[in-house]
Amino acid sequence: MKLDFTPEETAFRDEVRAFLKEALPGDLRRKMIDREHLGKEDIVRWQRILNARGWAVTHWPVEYGGQAWTPAQRYIFQEEMALAHAPEGSPFNVNMIGPVLCKFGTPAQKEKFLAATANIDIWWCQGFSEPGAGSDLASLKTTAVRVKDSGGDHYVLNGQKIWTTQAQHADWMFGLFRTDSSGRKQQGITFLLLDMKTPGITVRPIETIDGGHDANEVFFDDVRVPVDNVVGEEGKGWDVAKHLLGSERSGIARIGLSKERLSQLRALERRLTDDGTLTPAEQARLAHKLAEVEVELRALELTQLRVVAADAHGGGANAAASILKVKGTEMQQRMTELVLELAGPAGLATAPHDPAGGDDAEDGWVAAAAPFYFTMRKVSIFGGSNEIQKNIIAKTLLGL
Amino acid sequence: MDFELNDEQKMLQEMATRFVSETYGFSQREHALKSDAGWSREAWAGLAEMGLLGLPFAEEDGGFGGGGVEMMIVMEAIGRGLMVEPYFATVVLAGAVLRHGASADQRAAIVPGIVAGETIVTLAHHEAGMPRHATAARTRAMRDGEGWILDGGKIGVLHGAGADRLIVSAQGEEGLSLFLVDADAPGLRVEGARGYDGVPVASVHLSGVRVGADALIGAAGQGEAILTRAFEEATAGLVAEAVGAMSETFDLTVDYLKTRQQFGVTIGSFQALQHRAVDMLMELELSRSMAILAALSLDSDADQRSRNIAAAKAQIGKSGRLIGQAAVQLHGAIGITAEYKVGHAFKRLTAIDALLGDRDHHLAALAEKGGVYRAAA
Repeated sequence: MKLDFTPEETAFRDEVRAFLKEALPGDLRRKMIDREHLGKEDIVRWQRILNARGWAVTHWPVEYGGQAWTPAQRYIFQEEMALAHAPEGSPFNVNMIGPVLCKFGTPAQKEKFLAATANIDIWWCQGFSEPGAGSDLASLKTTAVRVKDSGGDHYVLNGQKIWTTQAQHADWMFGLFRTDSSGRKQQGITFLLLDMKTPGITVRPIETIDGGHDANEVFFDDVRVPVDNVVGEEGKGWDVAKHLLGSERSGIARIGLSKERLSQLRALERRLTDDGTLTPAEQARLAHKLAEVEVELRALELTQLRVVAADAHGGGANAAASILKVKGTEMQQRMTELVLELAGPAGLATAPHDPAGGDDAEDGWVAAAAPFYFTMRKVSIFGGSNEIQKNIIAKTLLGL
Repeated sequence: MDFELNDEQKMLQEMATRFVSETYGFSQREHALKSDAGWSREAWAGLAEMGLLGLPFAEEDGGFGGGGVEMMIVMEAIGRGLMVEPYFATVVLAGAVLRHGASADQRAAIVPGIVAGETIVTLAHHEAGMPRHATAARTRAMRDGEGWILDGGKIGVLHGAGADRLIVSAQGEEGLSLFLVDADAPGLRVEGARGYDGVPVASVHLSGVRVGADALIGAAGQGEAILTRAFEEATAGLVAEAVGAMSETFDLTVDYLKTRQQFGVTIGSFQALQHRAVDMLMELELSRSMAILAALSLDSDADQRSRNIAAAKAQIGKSGRLIGQAAVQLHGAIGITAEYKVGHAFKRLTAIDALLGDRDHHLAALAEKGGVYRAAA
């Protein structure tokens, strides 16, 4: 047993660090530090810089633009990205549809979509949840009825998706649709790709408690989708979705993000101590809370590293892996909670801070604290809520 | 970065785990607890026979030169069995003091007896009215010619009544020093009792106890440095023991959820109980990670070592309490009977938090140091 990274891994870390220092535009970095909302153009810009370096879609198969990195390298890359305040690429492009098409796509689909997805020439959104199908995703009802007519071989879609992140910017959607309702609910679901410009699609914004607009409702009214846009087989969409929801284990706990937020908290602690905002009793209380959260982060970090190391040996450490999403999201939320507490009453004003109020660079965090806290509640809900995760662990790992 | 055991370590794990499961079941443990000494000489001889009593000592001292990982493996097995024998007191804690402080002559005189299972040595350091887990003492050491005279009182001395030799901390002109004292030294009185976790514990009174110059461990005034180092190593061992006890507790609980029937179904089919079991699993895995961190930190620089080990102890304090309480709750009434292992594991986990600094102690220490991570996390 040993804790340290190998000299090769350390050299790799240095290489990544040097690249990020050089390549990350200063204005993007500033926005990230201030927790400002990143626009589509920000994310696309950064993704293309990464893509030019060959690092946009590193966990895809090499033949489609990925890197033959070890789990440790993937972990290091993600951690360095977070510590450098680099934005993450679109998860829908990079982590979801890309890997799905690499595995299940037809040659024509790969040709048409993969390079464009890596470069975000196509911006994807995910059409999974419906008003009646959240945690119980397989009960989705939006229909895709196959018709052959003068217009060709098509599915006709009717129904509604909800919580569709970034649908207002999306060029294409990948989603799950019901092509058959005669069998078990997991059967008869088909994974389809659709152009968001197709007639009959309506996108309606949902405002969320952080004041932002990331989520949408998407309505389908006789939307025609060519049968060539099926991924995998008709009726086998559930298997495709399961693949999408999960095999990459090197970064689930998002240790890098939490470490970056911890360093922000430590900087705030120093500042609010020096400027007299915190009383000595409050300082002591804060120091204790930070110690507490750091103990848990260290334990989570080691747990993630155990999984990374096990993956290099071809798997195992499943009990450790199972806890990463639940504990990782709780940790991310805890960090935003602590920042919110430090913002105090000044954090009530969530509008962009008063430019007359002082140094912009220093004070962005105050206005961002509450929206960030509110929006991060979603991380324990999406992608299978933490309660669903616990159900899965109880069943698959504990045999209950 | 690698968290796999090597082949020798796997063999050690296999051997220690099998020893505990085959010879130290619940009824054997009960039998040992009911004996006069309160622990099993037979089990102790078994540990000696496997070489485990010599595990951390250097080969030139008659030991086996095991490191942090080997100690973690053995302490986890001991934790699974809730063994009440003086492994922690003698091999881990007193052993660390001897390894880091004792002269070659002293080690030659004592270590072989420990390795053979013939000598029980324990540390007598804590005192009433002193800050808990401090490396200071009020017991006095006065010069007496070449030797010393010790006066004072100690509490919480693990296996004190059964010990052949005590390592007594005492304050002298040069600062805190450590002394080897024979259990039958005139002026030494030991009052044995039983801890709620089954481990014998004692109060020690020293009244004009004379020791020779050769009783001093290290140099005069080195006591604090030696204890600091020994406490860190012993804490890593205790963390591993906690992981063993938590694993056993968790396994028993999951088994119980699968067999106990109420309302016509196994109670493990109830989601409220499933989620609590998963919460236990999470705490167990986080603790296991910290036991590994602690074991691998023993050779790090002093700053990193103390941060990592404090963090590990703080983690298992929380996890041990959560797992122990949840296990008792999920078992229902059977969890609070003395006739079932889970309640005893709960008690041992509770005691482990109190030993060598509890969660609050280590969190406060970490807060003072500026946290778990070095500056610029």
